[in-house]
Amino acid sequence: MLFIGCNKDIAGRTDNTPSLNPANTDVNAGTWKPILLTGPAEFSIAAPIATNTPEYIAQINEIKSSQADLTSEERAIVKYWSAGAILRWNEILRDLVAKHNLPPYQNEDGTYPFPNANNPLAYPLFPFSNPPYAARAYGYVSAAQYDALVAAWHYKKLYNRPAPYKVDATINLLVPQSDLPSYPSEDGVVAGTAVEMLKLLFPGDQDFVQQKAAEHKRARILSGANVRSDIEAGEALGKLVAQKFVTRARGDRAGAAAGNQAVWTKLETDCIARGETPWYSFELPKRPPMLPLFGKAKAFLFDSLTAISLRPGPPPPVNSQQMKDETEEIYQLIKNPTRERTRIVHFWADGVATYTPPGHWDAIAAEDFISKNFSEVRWARNMALLNMSLMDASIVCWDTKYFYFNPRPTQLNPAIKTLTGIPNFPAYISGHSTFSGAAAAILGHIIPERAAQYNAMADEASLSRLYGGIHFKSDCNVGLDVGKKVGRYAVERAKTDGAE
Amino acid sequence: MTKILLALLIMLSPVISSAQTDMDAIMMGKKRFCVGPMYSYSSWKEYWEGALKRDNQNIGTVSTQMAGLMGNYGITSKLNVLFSLPYVKTKATAGTMQGMKGMQDLSLFVKWMPVETEMLGGFFSLYGIGGLSFPVTNYVADFLPLSIGLQSRTASARLMADYQTGSFFVTASATYVLRDNIQIDRTAYYTTELHLTNAVKMPDGANFNFRTGIRNERLIAEAVVNNWNTLGGFDIKRNDMPFPSNKMNATTIGVNFKYVVLPGTNEVSLVAGANTTIAGRNIGKSNTFYGSVFYVLDFNRKAKSSDQPAKTN
Repeated sequence: MLFIGCNKDIAGRTDNTPSLNPANTDVNAGTWKPILLTGPAEFSIAAPIATNTPEYIAQINEIKSSQADLTSEERAIVKYWSAGAILRWNEILRDLVAKHNLPPYQNEDGTYPFPNANNPLAYPLFPFSNPPYAARAYGYVSAAQYDALVAAWHYKKLYNRPAPYKVDATINLLVPQSDLPSYPSEDGVVAGTAVEMLKLLFPGDQDFVQQKAAEHKRARILSGANVRSDIEAGEALGKLVAQKFVTRARGDRAGAAAGNQAVWTKLETDCIARGETPWYSFELPKRPPMLPLFGKAKAFLFDSLTAISLRPGPPPPVNSQQMKDETEEIYQLIKNPTRERTRIVHFWADGVATYTPPGHWDAIAAEDFISKNFSEVRWARNMALLNMSLMDASIVCWDTKYFYFNPRPTQLNPAIKTLTGIPNFPAYISGHSTFSGAAAAILGHIIPERAAQYNAMADEASLSRLYGGIHFKSDCNVGLDVGKKVGRYAVERAKTDGAE
Repeated sequence: MTKILLALLIMLSPVISSAQTDMDAIMMGKKRFCVGPMYSYSSWKEYWEGALKRDNQNIGTVSTQMAGLMGNYGITSKLNVLFSLPYVKTKATAGTMQGMKGMQDLSLFVKWMPVETEMLGGFFSLYGIGGLSFPVTNYVADFLPLSIGLQSRTASARLMADYQTGSFFVTASATYVLRDNIQIDRTAYYTTELHLTNAVKMPDGANFNFRTGIRNERLIAEAVVNNWNTLGGFDIKRNDMPFPSNKMNATTIGVNFKYVVLPGTNEVSLVAGANTTIAGRNIGKSNTFYGSVFYVLDFNRKAKSSDQPAKTN
């Protein structure tokens, strides 16, 4: 009973992550295949000033004077950011997704308001970062950071400016030493890319984002790892690369994914015309289906015809014996849930106010990547492969959901009371299963010794939706299968991007 | 006779429960054991999302039924020990979410009356009450508002004063409740920022209770005001779900009755009461009804008990 400690503070799993100290700096990553850039030199950055110029020496002195009397808060900032720029910005993005993953409250008349990107701070706040929105956000930020770092590595090798602590040995280096040239700074690149991408994706949170970016840049100077011009060049490069991704995002059709009343009605009538039972919303008042046109968004790993070809065949007809059996299976499962099944449901639920299933897979990946000591550019490449898989999985999954518009188990048997919330979109195929299949496929390629565990996690995530009473077995099995097919496109890319 | 843990029902059970000790100024006599079953029904349709009062068509009315066993043993007439253990079942009338059920938290208290003195023509007494509570099963805390409890182990300290003149009495108490961190089934959660852990830091709580009415050999009839505040925690965001470490505040008013049906050494009494929530934050605007039957077992055997102060049942 000795439980009343005075200090109840809780450390997060990555709070005390050691400084990133890559086993291999991937010095030739400037030759890796970018995603959108035509080549690593598409955006040019000026040659750095020489290390014997008065301006450079002034920047060295900036480091020295900032290090003269480090506070504990400054040391904490250095330690936090030294764990890795890709890691920390991925965590910040997951924070923003969780913060914004809240469905808008209804209007007085029972309709629902939609968030407005041009007025993000008015209720309902923009965005509502539901799973497709989140998958796309993770995808774009990760892909842009990867391209920007490929470009950065190109210029690092080209200009070959040594790190400040190699120019002046009296600098007190607070992070691990590296043989990588320091211009442009990879941390500046990652921060600059993130800031620019997040203006588009989370336009109401710029104060938070800018504060993080300022802290990140300051940490690099305090640590002695970069002079200011390293960081500024990196930041500028990151912004330029990000702008190319922002332009792509503005034209990728996701902005029109919410549809309108005519679209929503047509989904229903088309389904009835096929002789099937259309999905309906279980929310009260009935909420329009979530992002019905998201399946038309532009994928990263394949073209739109391929996306359609990945759409699986139809679910069992609602009146078939198979569907009756699958409905009964769910009813039996939810009648007497065990504590272990409930744990699995909640472990993987990733519902309202969470970082969504793609964020959960990012968390799983990030914690494994920490132990692999990847360079920043390899971190970015692996995160981009994962998040492009997750984004493209969401596109194929949403296309399938709205192509078939199939009901949830509770619609076929109202006695099915669920252990988690019923998501407001059709059942077939399961989003969790599709995301998890895709993530397990690419992560199993990146860290082969963990492939079996990733598959087991994907199976459990998929089953959690069955246990929760919100998906049929067909939704889950086909979802996993489709996800794995999507993930294989990322694996094929990984084999040929020059990093292996 | 005792009314252990009526305070337990004052809250939006089950969200805040179990941390409450007996809030009455009644001691069991030496070697007397009062025990009995209790039942309560609590429900709410409206709740406070932060400071905003609203309803939710997707849950309708949320009800909590609680059935438990409570007991109070007199080590001496000035030192009692008490326990309670409820089984809890929740339900929502609308939407698709399944309610939960299970054994909740075992609460144990030590109640000490160091001062009992005549004053201004009546009796004044002071009490110190220490309590512990802990979950007896691994129930789910992180499924509010349908969780049966919060899983937090607690320790509480209460100071209570009572004054009685004739049949009229007033009792006031203040309690500080330490609440231990809890573990939830998921590995990350958002409060006002993202937490990458399954551990949740629970804010402590403070409770104030005031009760007054009549109290004699056969009958207690009292009005009760109770105020519970968590010292910290965060507000539910617009249209978000509640979370165990929310700031949860509640003020309730209610009435409570006890009637001794069969007086004597092996006394039998009935307790009934009700209360309603008049103000709150991140909590249901609940109405609660409860009742219990208590039976006194006298372990003084045939030895004559001379240790029976006036206020002991």
